[in-house]
Amino acid sequence: MSPAYTFSQRHLLGIEGLNRLEILHLLDLAEEAVAVSRQVQKHKASLAGRTLINLFFENSTRTQSSFELAGKRLGADVMNMSVATSSVKKGETLIDTAMTLNAMRPDIIVVRHAQAGAAHLLARKVDCAVVNAGDGAHEHPTQALLDALTIRRNKGRIENLNVAICGDVLHSRVARSNIILLSALGARVRVVGPSTLMPTGIANLGVEVYHTMREGLKDADIVMMLRLQRERMSGAFIPSTREYFRFFGLDAEKLAYARPDALVMHPGPMNRGVEIDSSVADGDQSLIREQVEMGVAVRMAVLEALARNLPNG
Amino acid sequence: MGIAEKTTARYRNLMSASPTAFVNARLVDPETGAETRGGLLVEDGRILDFGEQIAPGAFSRDTGVIDCAGNVLSPGLIDLRAYVGEPGGEHRESIATATAAAAAGGVTTLVASPDTSPVTDDPAVVDFLKRRARDHGRVRVLPAAAISKGLDGKEISEFGLLREAGAVAFTDGSHSIRNSQTLRRALTYARDFDALIVHFPEDRDLAGAGVMNAGELATRLGLSGAPREAEAIALDRDIRLVRMTGARYCAAPISTSLALETIAKAKAEGLPVSCGVTINHLTLNENDIGDYRTFLKVKPPLRREEERLALVEAVASGLIDIIFSDHDPQDVETKRLPFAEADFGAVGLETLLPAALRLVHAGAVSLPQVLRAMTSRPADILRLPQGRLKKGAPADLIVFDPDEPFVLNKDVLKSRCKNTPFDEARLQGVVKTTMVAGVVVHGKDARIFS
Repeated sequence: MSPAYTFSQRHLLGIEGLNRLEILHLLDLAEEAVAVSRQVQKHKASLAGRTLINLFFENSTRTQSSFELAGKRLGADVMNMSVATSSVKKGETLIDTAMTLNAMRPDIIVVRHAQAGAAHLLARKVDCAVVNAGDGAHEHPTQALLDALTIRRNKGRIENLNVAICGDVLHSRVARSNIILLSALGARVRVVGPSTLMPTGIANLGVEVYHTMREGLKDADIVMMLRLQRERMSGAFIPSTREYFRFFGLDAEKLAYARPDALVMHPGPMNRGVEIDSSVADGDQSLIREQVEMGVAVRMAVLEALARNLPNG
Repeated sequence: MGIAEKTTARYRNLMSASPTAFVNARLVDPETGAETRGGLLVEDGRILDFGEQIAPGAFSRDTGVIDCAGNVLSPGLIDLRAYVGEPGGEHRESIATATAAAAAGGVTTLVASPDTSPVTDDPAVVDFLKRRARDHGRVRVLPAAAISKGLDGKEISEFGLLREAGAVAFTDGSHSIRNSQTLRRALTYARDFDALIVHFPEDRDLAGAGVMNAGELATRLGLSGAPREAEAIALDRDIRLVRMTGARYCAAPISTSLALETIAKAKAEGLPVSCGVTINHLTLNENDIGDYRTFLKVKPPLRREEERLALVEAVASGLIDIIFSDHDPQDVETKRLPFAEADFGAVGLETLLPAALRLVHAGAVSLPQVLRAMTSRPADILRLPQGRLKKGAPADLIVFDPDEPFVLNKDVLKSRCKNTPFDEARLQGVVKTTMVAGVVVHGKDARIFS
């Protein structure tokens, strides 16, 4: 099946800037990629001869390996560059690293960086397509796409679902991308967490804001938990992990506030016993493992869509 | 010393004796707001006379004549704070390049910020700056000295000796003094020497790691924000300390309507308080940051449009005393980074006047009002004789066409660094002639008809 609408972006820097049809196009492409990935013969040739560089300035297991697998399943040559072994350690700047890699004529660079806007900066300086795999507290577009795909496959729709995004919204790029994407597809999005972990002006993004799980999870169809960064766990933003777990950690009792058929998601990696209880993470309502599978499919879709817009694509 | 500088120095000796007449000018006196058609006569580096009677043919034959062609003739601009790169930051700027930029921008006096290396907290550094400025500067360079030694906010510097050496003001630049006791002592001690304290009010803990204005836009961009309250809290504290000590205090730069409320109350109470705002905060807002443009990363951060409008209104009402460039050259290495990692600062000497004229063209502020904040008001606060159209005042003058449009190309800026927030901006206002102490240092010079 080839969807009627097209995807005309040169880069994927964020969900912001994509229209509804472009998002749906990527989700439909990803559905095809799920089918491919479930065959014994998982290879397509749509990126044959193309070079994909994974440039990760922050450690990542699932995102990096997921992009690597996606690239390989599409036939691209994939190179992984992580900071630990690169000249970034020797003081080279992001731009210089990007220019060096650019000179090797890659077709797509996937970048993760600790600072917001890093992918935008890179995109201005290189000739190839850039995929943002997470920039600071700004965006993580492929995570939001895979979350949407997971929801759509399980609920059959996204429109009019109540989605509760819970936890450290302040530092979360996953939350920002999901708020924009799910709202664009017609979901009712709310954020739930202590006020110290809510960014200023978050309500202006079109979400409802709750500070208790009982209120925030009421009638929720989807409960999306966010990872609490370890360095933020004590003192500065919240008093302690045990207090956080008591009031905002998702256990069976709090999950019962949501609709009986509510589904639980988490972008990983999880802090079991901090933001989520093991019984919920591994329980019947959990979609966490499926999210990982969808991650590969969504990244295949993104790479394919961008490859089509490359010169000679 | 470059050829241009040598020429300027030699030229100065030649020219200082012969008188110069400006004719066909639109004379704007910012102090009184008076506008007249006519001319102005300069002799021995001072304003000899001005008015309608100064017309072609009304002076001696050896007088050089500058035909202003109907353009504005006003006092040259006085810039409360500019980074000149010396000593220690010569890769970013030098006295020669900073003053060339100043001359091109119509700035005839600039106060050099003390965040140099070494810090201007020692009379020897003040002396060094004065000598370098004498030998390499096209415009007047007046050193500001640090309030605290090493700008570390702990021990106060030698106000008396520094003042004797020639420091015109004391400031820790963009370092706000966190310890209230230190600032109290500085204000108390400054009062004995009648020294001006220029302080940047910012609660450093509340501003925290903020790289832009706190609010919806920062949230959307995923950047940490500094709230307006960081400025308001620090300024409230500062004003209480001024009330305790009675020292002359200038809050600069300020960026919020909250600060304006505090300043208005302090002035109504009769405290010796003034305030300054940068040209960036008057003409730009946080939305200009767009896709993480680091040239718009300044301290305090650019605020929302409502705040900018409040600042413009306060310039019109005279509540804001001073508009300054906050010229802060940053090289590519410190700006070509992700937004949060890039340094703060923007160049501004050459765009100060045309950017300020935006307010005039928008009908928000009159030309004399905007000029006052860059000439006679800073002159009053710094206690300088220039910055006025007055017989006997130093002949620091500029001729400019306030309407001439241009599109700014950052590559033609004379500053060593090109980090302007106005790159490719449409501006109006071109400086035709800049004169310092009776000597033309930029643009169209006098012709002798004989």
